Amino acid sequence: MTLLLSGEKTGTKLEEKFPGSIVESNRDSFLVKSEFLLPVATYIKNTPGLEFNYLASITAVDYDDYFEVVYHLTSLRHNHSLVMKTRFYDRDNPHLPSVVGLWRGADFQEREIYDLMGISFDGHPNMTRLFLWDSFEGHPLRRDYL
Amino acid sequence: MNHISAIPADWPGGFWAHFGTFAGILLVFIIVMIIVLIYLERRVIGRFQSRLGPNRTGPFGLLQGIADAIKILLKEGITPAKGDKLVYWLAPIIAFVPAFMVFAVIPFQDGALLADLNVGILYIAAISSVSVIGVFMAGWSSNNKYSLLGAMRAIAMVVSYEIPLGLAILSVVLLSGSLSMNTIVTSQNIPFILFQPLGFLIFFLAASAEINRAPFDLLEAESELVAGYHIEYSGSKFVMFYMVEYFESLAMSCIVATLFLSGWRGPGLPPVLWFLIKVFAVFFVLMWVRSTVPRLRIDQIMGFAWKFLLPAALINLLITGLQVVLWPEGIPWQMIFANFAIMGVLILLWSRLFKVGVGRVEV
Amino acid sequence: MAIRTEPFVINMGPQHPSTHGVFRMRLTLDGEVVVNLEPVFGYLHRGIEKLTEGRTYAQIIPITDRLDYASPMSNNLAYVLAVEKLAEIPVPERAEYLRVIMVELQRIANHLLAVGSLLNDCGAYFTPFMYMWRERESIVDLFDMVCGQRLTYNYMRIGGVSHDVPERFLWALDKFIGRMAFFIDEYDELLAENEILLIRTKGVGILSKELAINSSASGPVLRASGVKWDIRKADPYSIYGRFQFDVPTGTTGDCYDRYRVRIEEMRQSLRIIKQALQQLPPGEVKSEVPPLLRPAPGEAYGHIESPKGELGFYLVSDGSIAPYRLHIRAPALINLTALRDMVIGWKVQDAVVVLGSIDICLGEVDR
Repeated sequence: MTLLLSGEKTGTKLEEKFPGSIVESNRDSFLVKSEFLLPVATYIKNTPGLEFNYLASITAVDYDDYFEVVYHLTSLRHNHSLVMKTRFYDRDNPHLPSVVGLWRGADFQEREIYDLMGISFDGHPNMTRLFLWDSFEGHPLRRDYL
Repeated sequence: MNHISAIPADWPGGFWAHFGTFAGILLVFIIVMIIVLIYLERRVIGRFQSRLGPNRTGPFGLLQGIADAIKILLKEGITPAKGDKLVYWLAPIIAFVPAFMVFAVIPFQDGALLADLNVGILYIAAISSVSVIGVFMAGWSSNNKYSLLGAMRAIAMVVSYEIPLGLAILSVVLLSGSLSMNTIVTSQNIPFILFQPLGFLIFFLAASAEINRAPFDLLEAESELVAGYHIEYSGSKFVMFYMVEYFESLAMSCIVATLFLSGWRGPGLPPVLWFLIKVFAVFFVLMWVRSTVPRLRIDQIMGFAWKFLLPAALINLLITGLQVVLWPEGIPWQMIFANFAIMGVLILLWSRLFKVGVGRVEV
Repeated sequence: MAIRTEPFVINMGPQHPSTHGVFRMRLTLDGEVVVNLEPVFGYLHRGIEKLTEGRTYAQIIPITDRLDYASPMSNNLAYVLAVEKLAEIPVPERAEYLRVIMVELQRIANHLLAVGSLLNDCGAYFTPFMYMWRERESIVDLFDMVCGQRLTYNYMRIGGVSHDVPERFLWALDKFIGRMAFFIDEYDELLAENEILLIRTKGVGILSKELAINSSASGPVLRASGVKWDIRKADPYSIYGRFQFDVPTGTTGDCYDRYRVRIEEMRQSLRIIKQALQQLPPGEVKSEVPPLLRPAPGEAYGHIESPKGELGFYLVSDGSIAPYRLHIRAPALINLTALRDMVIGWKVQDAVVVLGSIDICLGEVDR
């Protein structure tokens, strides 16, 4: 049975390693500040005991004040999973660091989020729209699109 | 001039009437055979695929071919705007005519050929290689990358397979002692397929590759280049390309029946009937192979021709030459077993030693 | 003196008999060798994720049918599981068994389609395709008996399934299992040692283990590369913990391994169906759920092992009758991440074979 690691415990562990990175955490997930996203991701990918080498999915949700990007990670070796979240509060030009260097599976998913939500990912080698044509204006999946 | 003296003395009209009548009969025969073969192919392949073939149009679906012909001739012929118009117009003709011309030297009965050339088989080998120019012209003038790719593949393939084809034909010529098609048939007291099993295989495979039939049909592979060199053809020009495939299959079946299966010879039934039975048998094998076997990749096809068929054809020629020198008046039938054994050994050896196809290329 | 050559770009466009839907690849070719590959998506983009934001939870089930239209039962199940996880709704026993039977039948149908299409791409002029389609017809007829539909089943409901199965379904399913075991052996015998299939697929399009894990591949693509990861075993959902079955894996990750993994998975699915049919309990098939379901605010990620890979639904609810956000983790899209690395260095014909062996369905890729 895949064990969903407790957000609180992981949050406390990460807070010790990267002070100031965790904003809040609860039973299911923990919330990380976007500046610390890459270091935290590298840490949980490479540390023995955590070893989250499989990125199951990246999702973006548009809450009206902020954008929230949710990472579902799995460790194939230890068979446990983790939910990592990060937020971006500025609606005009949201951008986050890209995790393509760590997990290549993020390639198309980040392009999809850019296409439909408008969040661009810094460091992505090909940050272009995925489904819609290049001259499309707007980002359809946002709550204020229609 | 053999053909003039072959006209019976009481034939009215002279040489040209004789020629015209028989050319007309031959043309009608070929066209009827093509329609029958197209119908047969669709029904037989349908049965191979555990389904019925077309059986609605007319009794047993016999009118399906005519319905298809009417449909396709009524279609609009679209010409690519930027293509080379003259080459585009000429290409089907150049691909089509040589396939017709081959039938002039096929013997239907003893002495019943349209033109009893004494270089019959050489004429066939020469004429059938002209079709590929038509294919190239079609690919080039369509102004389309897909058809160009298809045409390039076609040329590479056809040119490579000409050589084993010619060598296999040479082995038969050695055995029969003459290039004339009629003499080849009359000298087959035992069908040459038994003396030349390896030669038959080589000829069959090389000829399948020449006519772009499975497993070498990557030129018209729907699932890859979407119809290859005749993508941009529609309407009556497309019909000509489509017919070319069937003409060449029929020609190849006739040639195999003549060279290896002793043509019209056989006990009991009239010779023309024996000939037709053999042609249908060879065509059935062609259909069988088409419906069963996946297709090869282009580099595997080229590898097969140069690394497998060519050396095998050379060795076959050498062994045939040896046999003809040792027994000039006729090879004893016991050599049949020796020939089969040699074929088995060669095929085993080659499949161990050579690998067809290149793997991944470092980019 | 070398001849000057330059690479040219060819477009395996949206309309193509072999791209399994409207999928476009821009290949840069140097002669016949593929130097670069750029996939272009979006020809079937229907905005499903936006559509779901205005519909109630029960109204979304028919929409999920249209995602991966080659295996709609799995899509239905994944969505319904996510909703039940979110709202904590119990499911009766008989419904669980029926769900498992339907999903495993769907897996067999999907793999028949996948293997048939792969062989069609290799050039075996529809013959294996027709044989496999014959069996798929039997499965589709079984589904027709149950829910009246042949393609978009809409069979699962939140809290169970929509109808109980008629008597003749169980009888027909029994007959089908007997026939299918024989047919899978027949396909294996005809195809597994076919020389030409071997040289077309063995060693072609290799996906290494590290790249597969890093690219988040899932399903038969991941398992053929040697990773023994099947969500039915690793994170059993529904009642998969009660069945005994193996998880076939490959060794090298080439197209031949992906083909073999699919054939073996069909056999394992038959095993599961047999066990489920023996253990099928009587009872009701749907628990009481209000038509306008209002789950508590929260989120849930429900994932299943669909025939193409890990199909996940991420649901965010704000307490109203419609979800706030529904995201679909499409296995076909994510399996395509490694397509470029698999195809580069091979020829154009291999690109088609590799794409066929990944088994995509555009309804899911583009959503």
